[in-house]
Amino acid sequence: MHELSIAISMIEQIVEESESRGGLEVEAVHLRLGVFSGVDKHALLFAYELACEGTPLAGSRLEIESIPLIILCPQCKQQRAPLSSYQLCCPDCMVPAQDIVTGREIEVASLEVAA
Amino acid sequence: MTTRMVEVRAKVLKQNDLLAHALREQFQRSGTCVVGLVSSPGSGKTAFLEKLLARLAREYRVAALVGDLATENDAARLLRATPNVKQITTGTICHLDAQMIQQALESWNLGPVDFLFIENVGNLVCPSSYDLGEELRFVLLSATEGEDKPLKYPTIFNSSDVAVITKMDLAEAAEFDIAAARRNIEGVRPGMQILEVSSKTGQGMEHVVALLQAQRTRSRQAVAAAT
Repeated sequence: MHELSIAISMIEQIVEESESRGGLEVEAVHLRLGVFSGVDKHALLFAYELACEGTPLAGSRLEIESIPLIILCPQCKQQRAPLSSYQLCCPDCMVPAQDIVTGREIEVASLEVAA
Repeated sequence: MTTRMVEVRAKVLKQNDLLAHALREQFQRSGTCVVGLVSSPGSGKTAFLEKLLARLAREYRVAALVGDLATENDAARLLRATPNVKQITTGTICHLDAQMIQQALESWNLGPVDFLFIENVGNLVCPSSYDLGEELRFVLLSATEGEDKPLKYPTIFNSSDVAVITKMDLAEAAEFDIAAARRNIEGVRPGMQILEVSSKTGQGMEHVVALLQAQRTRSRQAVAAAT
């Protein structure tokens, strides 16, 4: 359960970001979270609420967009969803793929702030 | 109340990644080959490391950083192989991060070393998100854990460079299906190098040593070529 550590890092980063832009009133945080990031969405939502307490982000929402696992097939050169998260191979060519295109993201995409 | 969107596009672990990058450069400059070890609790990381350190110490200067939630038992075991051991006690934190490595190194009067091993907290989930600045990451899987561990924890296997199957002396008793284990690792991280070892009998340890020697030579050549 490292989601609390992730939530704390994220909050620190957003508070810094908001201060550098003259103090934003953050209503919601939009996060891109890869399904292959090793971070659990529900645990992160839970941890976020806890970690926000006593910070300028208290009461804000966390909106998580799940990013699918996509690999680059070395054979057909297409970006494809693999057979499964434990069979990283192209579903058409059945060739193993080493390159992960998306799925590892833990990234703050945008902030929804008071206008 | 009206709201507006502000684009940010920032990695949440950016600070950790920057620090890990700086550590990696520092290790390269000092000619230290740094290897991270991750696995579930009880897969034999410490026994493996103890044997490996003892072997490498005949020819090289070696050191180890060991992470654990509590106790300094692991460090005490590794001290039999080398005096250069430091424990990082993480308290309630289930993984090591780059800052812990940096702080441990700062407060450690460690001279130049050829190999530094970083033994992570026993956990197959959390350490996968944190780059520690290591050159290679070994993921350990013991024969007694079952061959489907890679399928259950694909993220950490995928984020590692080498898979080490430990406790091979118990493989037969545990009815461990080595072919299935290899297939599962290959499915999660195609092309991954797989080594089979027994810390107890010493089986396969020479292949680990050879791999580390080759890695060290390669990185030293790369540094020499760049300067």
